[in-house]
Amino acid sequence: MRVQILGAGCAKCKQLLANAEQAVAGLDPPVEIEKVEGIREIMKFRVLATPALAVDGVVKAAGRVLNHDEIRRLLQNG
Amino acid sequence: MKQETTLHVAETLPARPWGLYGLVAAGIAAFVLVYRALQPVADWLTYDLMRLTPKTHLGDAANFFLYDTAKIFLLLTTIIYAVTLLRQSFSPQRVRRALSGRREGVGNVMAAALGVVTPFCSCSACPLFIGFVESGIPLGVTFSFLISSPLVNEIALVMLYAMFGIKVAALYLGAGMATAVIGGLAIGRMHLENQVERFGIALEDIVEEALPFRQRSCEAWDHTKELLRKVGPWVVVGIGVGAAIHGYVPVDLVARWAGKQNPWAVPVAVLIALPLYSNAAGMVPIAQALYAKGMAMGTVLAFFMAVVGLSTPEFVILKQVIKPKLLVIFAGILTVSFIAFGYLFNAVL
Repeated sequence: MRVQILGAGCAKCKQLLANAEQAVAGLDPPVEIEKVEGIREIMKFRVLATPALAVDGVVKAAGRVLNHDEIRRLLQNG
Repeated sequence: MKQETTLHVAETLPARPWGLYGLVAAGIAAFVLVYRALQPVADWLTYDLMRLTPKTHLGDAANFFLYDTAKIFLLLTTIIYAVTLLRQSFSPQRVRRALSGRREGVGNVMAAALGVVTPFCSCSACPLFIGFVESGIPLGVTFSFLISSPLVNEIALVMLYAMFGIKVAALYLGAGMATAVIGGLAIGRMHLENQVERFGIALEDIVEEALPFRQRSCEAWDHTKELLRKVGPWVVVGIGVGAAIHGYVPVDLVARWAGKQNPWAVPVAVLIALPLYSNAAGMVPIAQALYAKGMAMGTVLAFFMAVVGLSTPEFVILKQVIKPKLLVIFAGILTVSFIAFGYLFNAVL
């Protein structure tokens, strides 16, 4: 499983990344976190607002910062 | 490949939300009580507890700082929470759908109005901009949205109303929207579509799911806390600067250089503001202090809008997808608008 954090690097994006890292800590099999910062790459996900979170290429949330609980729940429910 | 994405948007309220009315009433009562207590408590803290003398630089500055900090945080918390709740209905996706297919003119006005009520994080500028353009929304209409969204901040609007009255707040709203509409129309006319990077993508429809009110409220509260955390430092710095101006800058100085009788005050203020950027909430205390020191209201508003409406971080981000020529035109239109409104308001107020 791979989690993608979409964002150009503002504080909200960093917060989402931090929350994601917290959410995946200790999971087995380990979940990879990928930061997507370039605008071309971000637009491939077709989001209108960042920060956004995608799992294995599918956007799960856009425009808001999820806390680590929500992220963990997302990962577990697939 | 069709991609279905689920996003959460507000659900309508239940039929008889008595519990909700009760909560709202309690909230309002609590707010009024705390608000009334602010100045007395600030006075007590400054003059009794800290033993400072009224009418001295330090005494006045400290009193202003304490009072203003408490007042602004109270206002901010209330306003952000209320607005976030209301705003949950305005997802970018809905805005996009509302704007597609609109002609120029009507589209610009709608875009400007929607920009006022939608949240805007400067890092969203790019995806939003591209998303709109790729959806077929005219460039000018997209710019109307892009201008009004950061420029007219509903938090600042309510705070300006609280501190300066309805006239000033209405002028700010009017000027912001007018700048957005006119700027968008102008850019539309110039046919600068070639200045924007095209991606040739089609935006799929995003499925929206309704959330129950309780969850909405929790999300709104979380967002409020988060925004307070983010905006808080700006506000405290703003109040600090405001307090310093309040306590230490002599009335004559500001009134002489930036009062009504100096015709150069407006352009100079706007030019100074260009490289500066502050969050709108943080700017309000500074605006208040400048005005109290004799700066003409029009100049204050022009300065305010120039600081808030033109932000270097936003431009740095937009540079990835908008060519320099359009960026310069964009900045130029805004600058001219702010200066014009500064003069207009000085004449009217």
